[in-house]
Amino acid sequence: MADNDIKSLTEDMEAPVFDTVAFSSPPELSSATVAVVTSASLHHPDQDDFAPQDIGFRVLEGNRRDYRMGHWSPNFDTIGFASDINTVIPLDRLDELTSEGKIGKVSDVHLSYAGNQFDLSAVQMDSGPAGAKLLRGKGVDVVLLTPV
Amino acid sequence: MSALAHIFEAAGMSTIVLGSIRKQIESTAPPRGLMCDFPLGRPLGRPNDPEFQHRVLDQAFKLLAATEPVLEEFPEAIVDEGNEMLACPLPPRSNADLHPALDEIRGLRPAYDRALEQYGNRAATGRVISADEIEEAMAAFIRVTDGVPWKEAGIPGIPSRVSQDIRGFYELAALGLSDHVPDAWSGTRWFFNSTEGGRMILAARSAMRDAGEVQPIWFYMAPGDQ
Repeated sequence: MADNDIKSLTEDMEAPVFDTVAFSSPPELSSATVAVVTSASLHHPDQDDFAPQDIGFRVLEGNRRDYRMGHWSPNFDTIGFASDINTVIPLDRLDELTSEGKIGKVSDVHLSYAGNQFDLSAVQMDSGPAGAKLLRGKGVDVVLLTPV
Repeated sequence: MSALAHIFEAAGMSTIVLGSIRKQIESTAPPRGLMCDFPLGRPLGRPNDPEFQHRVLDQAFKLLAATEPVLEEFPEAIVDEGNEMLACPLPPRSNADLHPALDEIRGLRPAYDRALEQYGNRAATGRVISADEIEEAMAAFIRVTDGVPWKEAGIPGIPSRVSQDIRGFYELAALGLSDHVPDAWSGTRWFFNSTEGGRMILAARSAMRDAGEVQPIWFYMAPGDQ
């Protein structure tokens, strides 16, 4: 069992093709609001766990740290996250950057999706835009996306 | 991740994707991508290493200065060669009347509880079963290895999900037994290669495969290269 062997199992999975690449200009980071969006299937204990092929997202409250890994795939290391959530969702690091004045604000909410999707059409048409609208409505300027 | 980046960017936010699989981040071409050659499950690289995590974030946020789509690579790689295995002491047998895997689970419970107190239950148990139910679930998988069809063996849920809880129990116990955070995958290798419980899961998986059960039922009980 080796990391590269696992990666080679998934690296050729068909990926969605975007005809154009949207590209927006952010405000200065020192005045920007930053959120994290992860595909690690994180959720709070009082939220529903993720179902197989769950196309929805969970809203993670930034002032909590009781995140649980709900991912269905066995194909990644989980001890790193188990010992330090910042390995996947680096909120403590973002807080430190805010204290140093390098980031304007860390968003009050973050989002988590399920990364083990074979058909992304529902995410593209439904839950992706819904999550984007939610974060935009919260004043988010910059999104850091983390996989597992 | 990259698909979401395209969507979020189109909604007016600036995105940065951390990628762990080179071909995927190249083919999905997010607006701003930072390829980080780190083990799967550790997109920030090193747990409990704020300085390293800050280096990753610093380089990621520098991509915000780009005026067109950009893909860069973080200069430090963390490579798992597949040979690091956690050196983790297993409890001695305490009840010769119990199956070794069940005896092992009882022996590991204090370490699990210690780690639970220190780290919380972030990736351990509770998807289907609690720590108190690990032993009973393992007994069901042992019955599968004895030839009982999985649907009659008493597995308390979808086998792959129950297997995740068992692996999570062992890996959190490993944190309780170790004085450092294990290298990526070394705890997983320890579970599947060194413990009675891991061997039972792999044996049950093989038994289900050999019995002709449909592949998704047994395949995801262990990492895909097993």
